[in-house]
Amino acid sequence: MKIAIASGKGGTGKTTVASSLLSVWEAPVIAMDLDVEEPNLHLFLKPTITGKRTANMEIPKVDDTLCSKCGKCGELCQFKAISLMGEVLMIFPEMCHGCGGCIAICPEGALTTEFRELGEVTWGHSGRAEFLMGRLRVGEAMSPPLMRVVKEKLEEMMDTVSNDEISKDVIIDAPPGVSCPAINAVMDSDVILLVTEPTPFGFYDMKLAHEAFSPMGKPMGVIVNRAGLGNNDVYDYCAEKKLEIMAEIPYDRQIAETYARGSIISESSDEMKQLFISLAEKIKQTAGSKKSQGGMS
Amino acid sequence: MDKIAVTCEENSLDAQVDPRFGRAAGFLIVDPDTMEFEYINNGSTQVMAQGAGIQAAESIAKSGAKILLTGNVGPKAFQGLEAAGIKIGQNLDSGTVRQAIEKFKAGDVDFASSHNKTGHWK
Repeated sequence: MKIAIASGKGGTGKTTVASSLLSVWEAPVIAMDLDVEEPNLHLFLKPTITGKRTANMEIPKVDDTLCSKCGKCGELCQFKAISLMGEVLMIFPEMCHGCGGCIAICPEGALTTEFRELGEVTWGHSGRAEFLMGRLRVGEAMSPPLMRVVKEKLEEMMDTVSNDEISKDVIIDAPPGVSCPAINAVMDSDVILLVTEPTPFGFYDMKLAHEAFSPMGKPMGVIVNRAGLGNNDVYDYCAEKKLEIMAEIPYDRQIAETYARGSIISESSDEMKQLFISLAEKIKQTAGSKKSQGGMS
Repeated sequence: MDKIAVTCEENSLDAQVDPRFGRAAGFLIVDPDTMEFEYINNGSTQVMAQGAGIQAAESIAKSGAKILLTGNVGPKAFQGLEAAGIKIGQNLDSGTVRQAIEKFKAGDVDFASSHNKTGHWK
């Protein structure tokens, strides 16, 4: 089972929830940080790193002696990464999304590939959990291509099952927002948890996230962080949309201090531990009931 | 004399010079000897998330103009225009298209050796 922890608004507590949930989740489980623009799950899990690889994307390179200046590549490219300027074919590497269309359409075979570095994929282990994260290169603007490389590594890790009976669960720390990176992080999951706070900003962005993720037809639940702050809009919306509030984390100075020290809140008190054990149960029930109803995996 | 491309807010010699190059409303391609012109609508770049400057540079290269008079040009558009051999006069957005061309004809336009706006991600 893959559980994506997403939010809409940033700073609502995705990593707080992911790290605490991992702390009470039984093995085998993989912690995956897909917030590649600003990964921070490792700050809490403090993993032992055992491997890393550089992630690259193929981009076009032109052989001017073969190019007939027909301009077909530039007409195809939706991102203006390749463009015929008068008699000069120009390539803007940072604009390229790596689709390979220009190379496929070139009638002269004048385009070959070179690479643009996207970032780094790192893996290891932390306690009972295996750990995996991506980190975008500073200056790189596109997350989804790197996220694809992180997911390829996840597949490798899923394949190495220590015990044949049990497949590994994955807890995904997703990026905020509702654009391509956020969609990419939740699209392969079995359950989506929306972490929000009961403030106008938290409510507004949770609504956007709920609307953006709904068409995927996955079971969703809400976790209200900083409960006690703000107003009732989040609760009213969840009641109206039949979204289950799976946990409420109180607005509490002690929790903020624990987080600020880089500690995991489910390990800070029995009360918090119980809260996350109960959340883990609810997630399994939600995923299980959805499976039996719709046969979704 | 070579044709001159000028960014414009409307299809007229008396329209204001559009300060933006990549996302200009349109271009007037003007024959400076006869002041005859044709209009290129550049509205389609205004809905592009990225690459507007490159698209606009491509349009100017295709138009056959060898000189561009405008307000601000970004780095990629500048690279593209330079590759196509187009000379670029910047910071001319305080008047009309006609005034910009007269200024050029009087020899009062300095051609730029580098872009005067930075990219969005820099």
